[in-house]
Amino acid sequence: MEIYTLLREFADSWMLLFLFVFFMGIVAWAFRPGSTKVYEDTASIPFRHVDAPAPVEGEATPAADKEART
Amino acid sequence: MSNYIKLIALGLVTLFAMIGTNYARDLAYQVHAIIVMLVAGGLFLYTLRHTGGAKQAAGSQQNEYFDSVVRAGVIATAFWGVVGFLVGTFIAFQLAFPVLNFEWAQGFANFGRLRPLHTSAVIFAFGGNALIATSFYVVQRTSAARLWGGNLAWFVFWGYQLFIVLAATGYLFGGTQSKEYAEPEWHVDLWLTIVWVAYLAVFLGTVIKRKEPHIYVANWFYLAFIVTVAMLHLVNNMTIPVSIWGSKSVIVWSGVQDAMVQWWYGHNAVGFFLTAGFLGMMYYFVPKQAERPVFSYKLSIIHFWALIFLYIWAGPHHLHYTALPDWASTLGMVFSIVLWMPSWGGMINGLMTLSGAWDKLRTDPVIRMMVISIGFYGMSTFEGPMMSIRAVNSLSHYTDWTIGHVHSGALGWNGMITFGALYFLVPVLWKRERLYSLSLVSWHFWLATIGIILYAASMWVTGIMEGLMWREVDANGFLVNSFADTVAAKFPMYVVRGLGGVMFLSGALIMCYNLWMTVRKAPAKEASLTVAVPAE
Repeated sequence: MEIYTLLREFADSWMLLFLFVFFMGIVAWAFRPGSTKVYEDTASIPFRHVDAPAPVEGEATPAADKEART
Repeated sequence: MSNYIKLIALGLVTLFAMIGTNYARDLAYQVHAIIVMLVAGGLFLYTLRHTGGAKQAAGSQQNEYFDSVVRAGVIATAFWGVVGFLVGTFIAFQLAFPVLNFEWAQGFANFGRLRPLHTSAVIFAFGGNALIATSFYVVQRTSAARLWGGNLAWFVFWGYQLFIVLAATGYLFGGTQSKEYAEPEWHVDLWLTIVWVAYLAVFLGTVIKRKEPHIYVANWFYLAFIVTVAMLHLVNNMTIPVSIWGSKSVIVWSGVQDAMVQWWYGHNAVGFFLTAGFLGMMYYFVPKQAERPVFSYKLSIIHFWALIFLYIWAGPHHLHYTALPDWASTLGMVFSIVLWMPSWGGMINGLMTLSGAWDKLRTDPVIRMMVISIGFYGMSTFEGPMMSIRAVNSLSHYTDWTIGHVHSGALGWNGMITFGALYFLVPVLWKRERLYSLSLVSWHFWLATIGIILYAASMWVTGIMEGLMWREVDANGFLVNSFADTVAAKFPMYVVRGLGGVMFLSGALIMCYNLWMTVRKAPAKEASLTVAVPAE
């Protein structure tokens, strides 16, 4: 079989199926039980550590603790 | 030690560029050789003066963000923005009044040379600097970590500016491989590849050492943009130089494959550079300015995966009615139409972030700017799929409708969201309490909005008119209009378009003044930034 035909057949059968199943899996994963709680925390990432990075383990910088958590 | 390696490398590059200056086969290459020689030579002297002296205090600044490079990026964004808009406005008037293609500047400043300068200046210089600066800002905040790689971020910034200068001078002096949005020749492409790999390393390194357990959605979009642009750039620039001393090169793809690769690149430059990257901006700056988290985080995940799964296939819609097989252009058309869904999902997610805070639209012109940019995003992602339908495309293709579509996306979506981000960033980065003047922001908002509307509306009129004139046949089946007839008929709309450009440009100038005065005059923020002050 010509390599073009081979790739073409693979692309519109198994690869298509794989991509589709992968995508549906992502959608299902986004709606998994308990995701709402996790995402509430993730969605609020922009509102913490605004002025300084999280302290490196071992050296305590009080700054990050005081930051407002929204 | 590392300085000695640097000196050797810079010395070799300088020497190579000197030889290139002598042996150059064309003007563009010679100019580039001179620029590279001056830059590398200057860096050589600079490094030499700083070698062997006392070591700089290598204080680990891991407890603060690397913001100086972001500040430089903000300045570069504003600067290249004004340059790009200015060139765009000028070439708009060149189309209306051909006499502006001055005789004394033929071959350097006529429309054909300035047009790629404009597109690259606004997309890669203005948009690219905005993306690099905001991605460096956002990835640090959302990872709660300082940028990885130390001064590598500075290399990315200055390396990218050098790329812009090389690309721009290349166009003016005739060094172009005539691929839309991929005009720079092989030696400039190689340099961009090095810079881009460094960019990826800085960004990914920061994500890897993050302190937050999750990677915030904005970083997913930025990462998709960086990785995909790298892939597109490499595949679309597989060229073999004719000579190492000349800018001319030959692409390895031939015929319709080359056309397909080019538009796979071209459309994903839109999809990943101008959409995914800027969506990263949207997912950070809109929640920040609205002071509330994104409307639905679940939707943002689905938005991300749907967008990147679909966009990559949409390119063939640029090649309807060409040598490209019908099945391929149908595939591109179908995927373009399916793209409606993630695009509008993302638009809804951005707009609904304001739910419960819609009153801010009345009081905060910056959020107004962001909202209208999302509105333009929705509008142009509606228009685009429609234009990709083969029947519509037979009318719209090769007409000014396409140019109008591009500009409602680029000026409306990319421009406005970038302005919003700049208005957010400048007070934060320079530690000012607020912007110098909100009424100037309002002026900018209205000038830019009306400018875009003038632009898009005139291009719709002239585009559809010209498409209809081209296909008009008389009773015997002969074409009614000559090409020159359509050019003459378009004149009034070209003037309106130019005026729209003037308004957009003056809005950007007002922004630059406002941001400058914010740094100079606005009251400084309280010294202790870390003390939390409850908002309400």
